[in-house]
Amino acid sequence: MTDQMTAEMAETVAPRSSGGAQHGVERIAGYNFAYLDEQTKRMIRRAILKAVAIPGYQVPFGSREMPLPYGWGTGGIQVTASVIGPDDTLKVIDQGADDTTNAVNIRRFFAKTAGVATTEKTVEATIIQTRHRIPETPLSENQIIVYQVPIPEPLRSLERRETETRKMHALADYGVMHVSLYEDIAHFGRITKSYDYPVMVHDRYVMAPSPIPRFDNPKMDQMPALQLFGAGREKRLYAVPPYTKVKSLDFDDHPFTIETWEESCALCGATDSYLDEVILDDEGNRMFVCSDSDYCRERREAGHVGKGPQPRKDEAASPGDAQ
Amino acid sequence: MSETKGPLLRVEELTHHYGIHLGCRDVDFELYPGEVLGIVGESGSGKTTLLKTISGQLRPSEGHVAFNTRTEGLRDVWAMSEPERRMLMRTDWGIVYQSPREGLRMNVSAGANVGERLMAIGQRHYGNIRSETVDWLERVEMDLGRINDMPETFSGGMQQRLQIARNLITKPRLVFMDEPTSGLDVSVQARLLDLIRGLVSRLGIACIVVTHDLGVVRLLSNRLMVMQNGSVVEQGLTDRVLDDPQNPYTQLLVSSILPV
Repeated sequence: MTDQMTAEMAETVAPRSSGGAQHGVERIAGYNFAYLDEQTKRMIRRAILKAVAIPGYQVPFGSREMPLPYGWGTGGIQVTASVIGPDDTLKVIDQGADDTTNAVNIRRFFAKTAGVATTEKTVEATIIQTRHRIPETPLSENQIIVYQVPIPEPLRSLERRETETRKMHALADYGVMHVSLYEDIAHFGRITKSYDYPVMVHDRYVMAPSPIPRFDNPKMDQMPALQLFGAGREKRLYAVPPYTKVKSLDFDDHPFTIETWEESCALCGATDSYLDEVILDDEGNRMFVCSDSDYCRERREAGHVGKGPQPRKDEAASPGDAQ
Repeated sequence: MSETKGPLLRVEELTHHYGIHLGCRDVDFELYPGEVLGIVGESGSGKTTLLKTISGQLRPSEGHVAFNTRTEGLRDVWAMSEPERRMLMRTDWGIVYQSPREGLRMNVSAGANVGERLMAIGQRHYGNIRSETVDWLERVEMDLGRINDMPETFSGGMQQRLQIARNLITKPRLVFMDEPTSGLDVSVQARLLDLIRGLVSRLGIACIVVTHDLGVVRLLSNRLMVMQNGSVVEQGLTDRVLDDPQNPYTQLLVSSILPV
């Protein structure tokens, strides 16, 4: 890459404001649309079709080397690359925020290799690639959410043999799944698994919902948007079609519950969103803020104010910067 | 439990080859409800292979294994679909392995190990599973204070008792035991044998016990099969075989018991 090209790229990519769809990023030369070659995208699309046809079933696919390390979203990025078109608007979130390293870089990756519009607003996006969260704003039928998955096999911690876990899925032999929940209750009196909480999809396959908090599990049930899951290292992808039943596993006398907080968001006062704890100093001061930065900003723009310290006007309006 | 008439298990001309090597050959027998059958023989005589082929772990090269199911009478185990066979293995059957590591989940607590079968057959009420687990741990004389401990922290004898509780919780009608007492010291062996004998006679469970220890079979089993080089060389009532062995190999085996 020449110095001139680098300079051009820096120029085209740099302008970025918070929120709002943006065009004007030009595709860099020398790459196929959305980085992957057409044959690979075709292969992945075939796997996606199979995954959609069998909700919750893990479809093997030929995962490619991507220009980022395993564990950073190689699966999600390949799925996004296969479904994205020139007219799409992409949003990428990491732990609910649009402005973390992973989110910024994946968004910029597609802006450069596909020339698509990107956004931080959930409602404007047609494709949302996510790690660790589902946006608080309900998704619509016109959207696709792509999850980055580290460990696609929900039975892995209980059964190490891949041949055996596949057989267990094939025979719907899921009794052992409850053993891990039993352990939690036996030791702590309640189910303590707080993320990657196993779900039953369409009354058939037990599925790992990727490391989203169990707070987000109910959002997957009957979601109008198509949900796609990609695990690059493990070379598996799976899907939940729109309006599909997704039930979190539990016991009759210990039903599934979501996390609750006594606090509300310090910035926007929301009581219905997933809150992150932010340590302010070493004297025990802390604040709770929405993990979904877009949701928080929208609420503040609509005039909601929380009880905590507010960000100054000249600062970027996102919870991560509030401290 | 509705008792069906006739044998609980019928084994016909059962043969298993490992490639060109012989595992066991032409084994025939019937087992009736509540009966305890001992299988003895030296190492490598095909005892464990025979047990595995009968208990659904190893597909036989030839021959049939038929089990008297609760609903449909005698059915060929290997002609069943895999889900049916798995269901049978975790409800009406129990398997106690020689090494507790094979039979237990070492990374979950004792209570979860015992309750696993209940969860596997669809019980979803924690309180009920817990109380049945406690009940069974009591029956195998385990310290209830250790219900949440990992099996790793248990002694060999306790691990074996845990395996037994884990298998018996679904009230099986047939239990397979592969050398259940080897590797334990003699006093623990005696207690475990006493426990097994008590449970088996009280619950009327049929049992197939594989062992190389003639003392174990004299204590536990009604009937005895002696194996050598993959074939059954002699079978009959335990006392008859041990007191009046007919086959030269059985005579050798019986005479090799060390006098105490």
